[in-house]
Amino acid sequence: MWRDSVLVAGKDLRIELRSRVVMHQVVPVAVLVLVLFAFALGPDRAPMAHAAPGLFWVAVLFASVLAVQRSFALEAPDGARDGLRLSGLDPAGVFLGKTAAVALQMVVLEVVLTAGVVVLYGSHIRSYGAIVVAGLAGTAGLAAAGTLYGALAAGLRVRETLLPFLFLPVAAPVLLAGTRAWQAALGIDSGGAGDPWTSLLVVFAVVYLALGVVIFGPLQEAS
Amino acid sequence: MAPAVLLTTAVCVTGRFPALAGVDLAVAQGEVVVLEGPNGAGKTSVLRVCAGLLPLTGGDGTVLGCDLRRHAPALRRRVGMLGHAAALYDDLTVVENLRFAVRAAGASASNIDAVLERLDLGGRVRRTAVGRLSAGQRRRVALAVLVARRPELWLLDEPHAGLDAGARAVLGEIVAEVVADGATVLLASHEPEESWPLADRVVSLVGGRVVEVRDVGPAARTAVVPDTLRSVPGSVHVA
Repeated sequence: MWRDSVLVAGKDLRIELRSRVVMHQVVPVAVLVLVLFAFALGPDRAPMAHAAPGLFWVAVLFASVLAVQRSFALEAPDGARDGLRLSGLDPAGVFLGKTAAVALQMVVLEVVLTAGVVVLYGSHIRSYGAIVVAGLAGTAGLAAAGTLYGALAAGLRVRETLLPFLFLPVAAPVLLAGTRAWQAALGIDSGGAGDPWTSLLVVFAVVYLALGVVIFGPLQEAS
Repeated sequence: MAPAVLLTTAVCVTGRFPALAGVDLAVAQGEVVVLEGPNGAGKTSVLRVCAGLLPLTGGDGTVLGCDLRRHAPALRRRVGMLGHAAALYDDLTVVENLRFAVRAAGASASNIDAVLERLDLGGRVRRTAVGRLSAGQRRRVALAVLVARRPELWLLDEPHAGLDAGARAVLGEIVAEVVADGATVLLASHEPEESWPLADRVVSLVGGRVVEVRDVGPAARTAVVPDTLRSVPGSVHVA
């Protein structure tokens, strides 16, 4: 399983390095979302700084839909999906590999977005550790859930429009917990502790990683 | 010795119409069987069922000793399929595609260079992204993947399509070699002049059913095929 996951992640990342679709399209779209929110909230930096955690995670959420769609679009042309099924790879390994590749791309995206939040919204990071832990846990959860629902939608003609419908409601806990954890880390919500929310992000990630390892194979067969 | 492929009244319904409407087919290990028939006869569906890519909705099927209803995923590492689509990644180079496929199958990557040279994919072509190759070259890369993987069962769907005369000759040599090594080949083709010289038997399909079985090669006379399936009910068997 681990060998197969490394193989699949390596393949997906190599294709991304060649095509640069995530770097040249998804990252700019996510940054654009931050910029548009800045326009919508007006020139006063106070409301922007207050809304920054939520806006960051909304941008991450939408970008994750695009990253997952891209991950499965790699397998769509020229019968590559059949090729992957015929490859003999362990489905759990395929799931973990695709999740890892999506997560790694999301981490790069989040670094850019964090810089964007600091520059555009004037946010001040109080706890870098909390930001990193919440970011990694949230990213793992989004990548795992996204890959699972991406597999579900992959075989359907309406996959591009169906995936957001399936995935975004399920990812709501990440949006909520990620926002709360970041509010604590940015010192916005002084009364609230970030740890319980970070724990929720970790639980979400563990549940979807475990679920994916178990049911990705049957999902791949059925879709 | 058990047959490599054994389909008994195999039915496969995709959408509203049956792709296979009760196919009986037995292919002995080391045998080359050519499937022929008009468009929509069920040739590709037989191959996809044998690869575990299409589910059986009726009847029974065993491939390489694996029950198609229960062990299709486990079977796939032992099966190689050259379909209408090349099943390659456009952004990866020729050699990267081969390395991925071979490592995924758990096979040795040591013969990749030799395979590429043999199929005229060496030199600059091996470092070219597959998306920049011609259709014929892509077809050769897909064939190279199979050659490098060395599966036990080769499922070839119109393998001559898009290949030039040289590549067709190499394909014939490869089929002969893998069969000599004990592999089994099930080949769907519209081109009898290309495929029949490779065949031990030719199976004609019409409307998702087997209508005729012909022995055309020497191996068929000694092949281990159940007598009940040599003459399929309602079909013509020509020895």
